[in-house]
Amino acid sequence: MQVPILKQGAYLIATVQSALTDEDLKQLRDTLVLSVSRVRARGVIVDVTALDVIDSFATRTLRDVAHMIRLRGAETVIVGIQPEVAFSMVKLGLTLEGIATSLDLEEGLAYLNRKGNGSDHGARTHR
Amino acid sequence: MGLALIADEVRVSIDGDADIVFARQKGRKLASQCGFPSTDLAVVATAISELARNIVRYAVRGEVILRLVDDNGKRGIEVVAADDGPGIPDIGLAMQDGYSTSGGLGLGLPGTRRLMDEFEITSDLGKGTTVTVRRWKR
Amino acid sequence: MANNQEFAQEFATITEARLETTGSRLRELVAHLRQQRAQLREEWARKITEAKLLTAMTKEEIFAEATSVYDNYVEALETGTYEALQAYARNLSERIIPRGVETHEVVGIVLLLRDVLARSLWAKYREDFNKLNRILDAYEPAANRIAGTVAVGFVQERERIIREQQEAIRELSTPVLQVRERLLILPIIGVIDPQRTRQLTEQLLRGIRTNRAKVVVLDITGVPYIDSPVANHLVQTVEAARLLGANVIVTGLSPEIAQTLVNIGVDLGKMNTVGDLQGGIEEAERLLGYKVVLTQEQTTRSSE
Repeated sequence: MQVPILKQGAYLIATVQSALTDEDLKQLRDTLVLSVSRVRARGVIVDVTALDVIDSFATRTLRDVAHMIRLRGAETVIVGIQPEVAFSMVKLGLTLEGIATSLDLEEGLAYLNRKGNGSDHGARTHR
Repeated sequence: MGLALIADEVRVSIDGDADIVFARQKGRKLASQCGFPSTDLAVVATAISELARNIVRYAVRGEVILRLVDDNGKRGIEVVAADDGPGIPDIGLAMQDGYSTSGGLGLGLPGTRRLMDEFEITSDLGKGTTVTVRRWKR
Repeated sequence: MANNQEFAQEFATITEARLETTGSRLRELVAHLRQQRAQLREEWARKITEAKLLTAMTKEEIFAEATSVYDNYVEALETGTYEALQAYARNLSERIIPRGVETHEVVGIVLLLRDVLARSLWAKYREDFNKLNRILDAYEPAANRIAGTVAVGFVQERERIIREQQEAIRELSTPVLQVRERLLILPIIGVIDPQRTRQLTEQLLRGIRTNRAKVVVLDITGVPYIDSPVANHLVQTVEAARLLGANVIVTGLSPEIAQTLVNIGVDLGKMNTVGDLQGGIEEAERLLGYKVVLTQEQTTRSSE
């Protein structure tokens, strides 16, 4: 299942459409990392609104994505985590520490814009 | 055990990671038939995902059995994840947060236990592991 | 040993009686109860009114319900299975509990029916004492089982309704207030149990989504103490809110609760805590960029 990735200005937006298998997740990770380098993106938004489950593997992969993208000088924001999914994640003990999360695409873009302008409001970055 | 089966059970054979998604979707569907609210659906699906992944990661083959059960008027869903893999040498250790033999987040067993209301595990070295979890409707 | 022959004879009689199985005896008495249905049901309904039971219902309603209870009762006697009866009992309870019918009334009317039917069996078989005994041997355990099933069904339904009501009350007592744009306040009052915490979390997360909140002030001034499991749930709530992009400020943390959090391994340095609700709101506004507005307000106030 391919995840469509759009370029919007200096940002890449990956919008997950449906449930992702482990293979899909790995593919998404690799594609994003390659794309960031190729287009010199400054920020990446991964929209997970359509994911009804984010388990330990998905969390680990998202963390890897953010880490690898940061090494290439760009910021990652995960947006659209559903309330039920967030609930399950914290119960499982999964945190997206070190990664910014926003409510939705709009908020995610606002965060990246602010980040780009030097201020640090908006999305939560977990230390 | 005194639990009555409400409908037919659903068996999902776990051979590859696509089956992980399939199993949890089946689980979600079954749980919604039982009338679980949306938060519980995500919780059940997540637990199934973790258990099914363990089968893929550590065993060659396995199976996830999904059942709707009734315990004297109390309704819920039961998930049995059984494999014939190598087994877990030290269950106590595996049930500790942060423990992992493969550098990942571990077997996710303590987390899975937090997600569900009941959790049982049996494992025989060389024979396999069976994890049974249940979540009841409030 | 007393006369072996006498013993053998009596044994033969008993065995012969047993050969006439419980099943066939039940069928026989069920046939009688069906035949006498109209008058027995009438008698029962009359006894219910005499005993001042089901006062919340009209005579017509009592008669209508009495009819289906009677039929279900006799059917359970006949089939010997009680699932249908239990389902019926729960269904009936769901209907009559909102009318204010209580447990003792339901138990009372079922026992009255049991007695009315027993008397009827007495009347029919009293000429043949042995036969009467055998009929009652078949009837009594079944009738008692029915009474138990109905009572349990009623109580289960009652408990379910109470749970639902408690849930509704909990929801009412945990309001999520939108004070400003993007700012939610969640004041928690009283002792919180795990059930309430779970509901709190769901309401909060839903609230964040609906109101697009960026900051949540979780005020626990009104919470006297929490135990470790609840403390854990609270921490999870804060983490879940963050996953939705919201910043959580916890206010009103008493020294006792702070200690509980430390005990379960929470790094209070990482958690955003402010002394009181007012301070929390100000911090929230600061985070949201309302700082300028606040200063102007303060200037206005000080000049009054």
